[in-house]
Amino acid sequence: MPTVSMNVNGKAVTGDVEPRTLLVQFIRETLRLTGTHVGCDTSQCGACVVHVNGESVKSCTMLAVQAEGSDVTTIEGLATNGELHPMQEAFRDNHGLQCGFCTPGMIMSGIDIVQRHGNPDEATIRAELEGNLCRCTGYHNIVKSIKDAAGRMGG
Amino acid sequence: MTEATGIGAAIARKEDKRFITGKGNYTDDINLSGQTHAYFVRSPHAHATINSVNTSAAAAAPGVVGVFTGDDMAADGIGPLVCGVQITQANGDPHNAPAHPALAQGKVRFVGDHVAVVIAESLAQAKDAAEKVDVDYGILPSVTDTGGADAAGAAQLHDEAPNNVCFDWPFGDKDAVDAAFAGAHKVSSLELVNNRMVTNPMEPRACVADYNSGSEELTIYLTTQNPHVHRLAMSAFYALAPEHKLRIVAPDVGGGFGVKIFTYSEELVCGWACRKVNRPVKWTADRSEAFMSDAHGRDHVTKAELAMDENGKFLAMRVNTKANLGAYLQLFSTMVPSYLYVFLFAGQYATPLIYSDVRAVFTNTSPVDASRGAGRPEATFMVERLVDMAAHDMGLDPVEIRRRNFIPKDAFPYQTPVVQLYDSGDYDASMDKALAIADYDGFAARQAEAQSRGKRRGIGFSAYIEACGVAPSAAVGQLGGGVGLWESAQVRFNPTGNVQVFTGTHSHGQGHETTFAQLVNDILGVPIDNVEVIHGDTAKTQFGMGTYGSRSLAVGGVAIANACEKIIAKGKKIAAHALEAAEDDIEFADGNFAVAGTDKTMNIAEVAFNAYVPHSYPEGLEPGLDENAFFDPLNFSFPSGTHICEVEVDPDTGVVEIAKYTAVDDFGRLINPMIVAGQVHGGIAHGYGQAMLEGCSYDSESGQLITGSFMDYAMPRADCLPNFELDYSPTVPAHNPLGVKGCGEAGAIAAPPAIIGAICNALGVRHIDMPATSERVWQAAQSA
Repeated sequence: MPTVSMNVNGKAVTGDVEPRTLLVQFIRETLRLTGTHVGCDTSQCGACVVHVNGESVKSCTMLAVQAEGSDVTTIEGLATNGELHPMQEAFRDNHGLQCGFCTPGMIMSGIDIVQRHGNPDEATIRAELEGNLCRCTGYHNIVKSIKDAAGRMGG
Repeated sequence: MTEATGIGAAIARKEDKRFITGKGNYTDDINLSGQTHAYFVRSPHAHATINSVNTSAAAAAPGVVGVFTGDDMAADGIGPLVCGVQITQANGDPHNAPAHPALAQGKVRFVGDHVAVVIAESLAQAKDAAEKVDVDYGILPSVTDTGGADAAGAAQLHDEAPNNVCFDWPFGDKDAVDAAFAGAHKVSSLELVNNRMVTNPMEPRACVADYNSGSEELTIYLTTQNPHVHRLAMSAFYALAPEHKLRIVAPDVGGGFGVKIFTYSEELVCGWACRKVNRPVKWTADRSEAFMSDAHGRDHVTKAELAMDENGKFLAMRVNTKANLGAYLQLFSTMVPSYLYVFLFAGQYATPLIYSDVRAVFTNTSPVDASRGAGRPEATFMVERLVDMAAHDMGLDPVEIRRRNFIPKDAFPYQTPVVQLYDSGDYDASMDKALAIADYDGFAARQAEAQSRGKRRGIGFSAYIEACGVAPSAAVGQLGGGVGLWESAQVRFNPTGNVQVFTGTHSHGQGHETTFAQLVNDILGVPIDNVEVIHGDTAKTQFGMGTYGSRSLAVGGVAIANACEKIIAKGKKIAAHALEAAEDDIEFADGNFAVAGTDKTMNIAEVAFNAYVPHSYPEGLEPGLDENAFFDPLNFSFPSGTHICEVEVDPDTGVVEIAKYTAVDDFGRLINPMIVAGQVHGGIAHGYGQAMLEGCSYDSESGQLITGSFMDYAMPRADCLPNFELDYSPTVPAHNPLGVKGCGEAGAIAAPPAIIGAICNALGVRHIDMPATSERVWQAAQSA
């Protein structure tokens, strides 16, 4: 079995994996970081979005061995010293989540959207959320949350 | 002044922190020591006999600890799956109820039907071994089409259901209705399809089953909306373990929308197999399995007619529906196209006579059961589309014909001709407010402006009502239900003054941990941070019937409020003793017990401490501050309102843009308006999905599921939808002690006819079937 090493949420981690192991399986099953979710098997839903070297990636669509040597950030790695990331705060303040299952992926995608667009307008946010599905919120408050967070992040 | 946190406060949710930090705990996040993994061998055929199943190669594969088939389960006397509601047919017979084995016995009846289970050390090993299970199928002709299921020569699914009919259920006075039609000034009619939906909560179903042979306790961690209902079914009907030795834990659950109510093969198999292999067994559906084997929703074909007098007053309605139940019955299957459907046919209208005839049929498709709205979206779509036809045929404005037929606000409580007794409503008020927000007066100008750009603008209306807050147990019993639908609560003060609230409802996105804490904060005056709401574990919560039919607040919330009132009553006894006053002189307000007319007070936390340190209690004063309540509702809850959709259609491409969506709802009193708005947003999006995008499809020849993934089945995405304009037009529901109504399903019930009505209005066509895909809209635009 190949050995894979990477930095996850600032910590060096190593594990033996089958070559077919997906990054999301490595994160959830080997590292037991269960905040990253699996909602489909066709890379549609985005519940598994993490950041790899600062870019948002669907971790169900990447093999663990492809992340060798990468810096990976998951939902668990966003808060620093107990302080929530502005995107997390915005989702709470704007009721941007209901069941919470799509939420980690939405938050990780939201950060990526703001990082790339600065202060995106509503249409941009909606278009950029193409790869994240939510069944609970009708997206209304997710869009509002990301817009709010963009302001808080200085966009 | 401290921030308001009680009833009516739009505060952020208490439960959110764990979800936004990745600390939620969903079933698939649970891993037990020594755990094995289950994978199901499923039928690749829609309909086939099972001639043989050879499991020997799979059993010998690496990592495999067990392979089981339907014969193994039958040998242990486990199953079959039950249906909880009996329909009495016109001839007095009960509905035809063929067995629903957890693992197929002799025959498979839909693509995805469960044939065998492979249990292995890892999921990958279980999947690899499952490919080695050799099943010899004898392929049979199949039928998946709702309309054709009972046709002569159609494939027959069950010996117990001739012509694939589960039940024929006529309701109403046919002769009177026929006579009204015969004498009518005008009859409008409509044939429609209510498209089959895959419910698709974002979290797929999952379970982890663990048997402790020492304590003889079986624990199942499960994606369920109703853990106690699962415990009851699994003990009473499936003989997995006695009720007191069975624990169902529903941890964080990632959305339900009805599909996680039912007992399914997978959890039954895992709960049984964990004893066979003497190890915990885990199963998590992948999305493809969810598409194949989750219960689907809707799937009706209907002919509806409305008789009117010369003023457009409704005289009578006549409806004929064929409802697809799929291959087998699930827990609520029979109830959805019958009681939950027909009893809503009055809508908001004073139609005096209604007759309906429902035939429910079996087909070679996944079972069909409750899905957000369950029967009421089907009813509302039929009624509101029919009313639009009537407006068209009478040459009346769609708003005007609705107003002429609304049940007037002074007529409540209003007895409909279809069983329900509506408790409150003011339909003109909702309509007035919605028209103002939607700027109906300005519509003609917007339409003309759109026309100048080559676009067609349309507006559609949905004046909906629904029945939720299920349900008075007496009504449930009368209708053939096997359970009571009360709810229970326990409110427990700890000696340090904080409160644990145990509810039998379950939150899978609805925000109960906040809403119920606000209720307790409001009634008992305990700071909201000192109130913890606990749900979802039969070993922790006293009892419950779970969450569906928008019942949690309207039924479960009242149980909590009643337990709080018992706390106050008990607290008065304790305060009276501690303050050396008569119990009758103790008054309670804002969290304080006071002796009337004095400055002697004790706050409720002090009373709680006193209750657990009863050093000088007299005989008869019981220590402790911990109360239970059960509440059985007096009636259903009847949310209503007006939704208005305005669309812009590009006739060259068939693309429909939602230009504006307005919802004015009557939910009675709101506890947390921010949470309520979120429920409405999600409901409208769900309804949009049905109207515009979603349609579960099976191949008519092979019976294969065509829409088997998110690549083939279109879910609403952020860029399909607008922001929604919401407002409320509350009335006071006389039959609910808290003055509340359910809000979780209203959007999904109201939205489809408003959206389809708007598209038809834009194109000038009578009707367009759902989902109104761009292709369908383009075709309609060409023919219009």
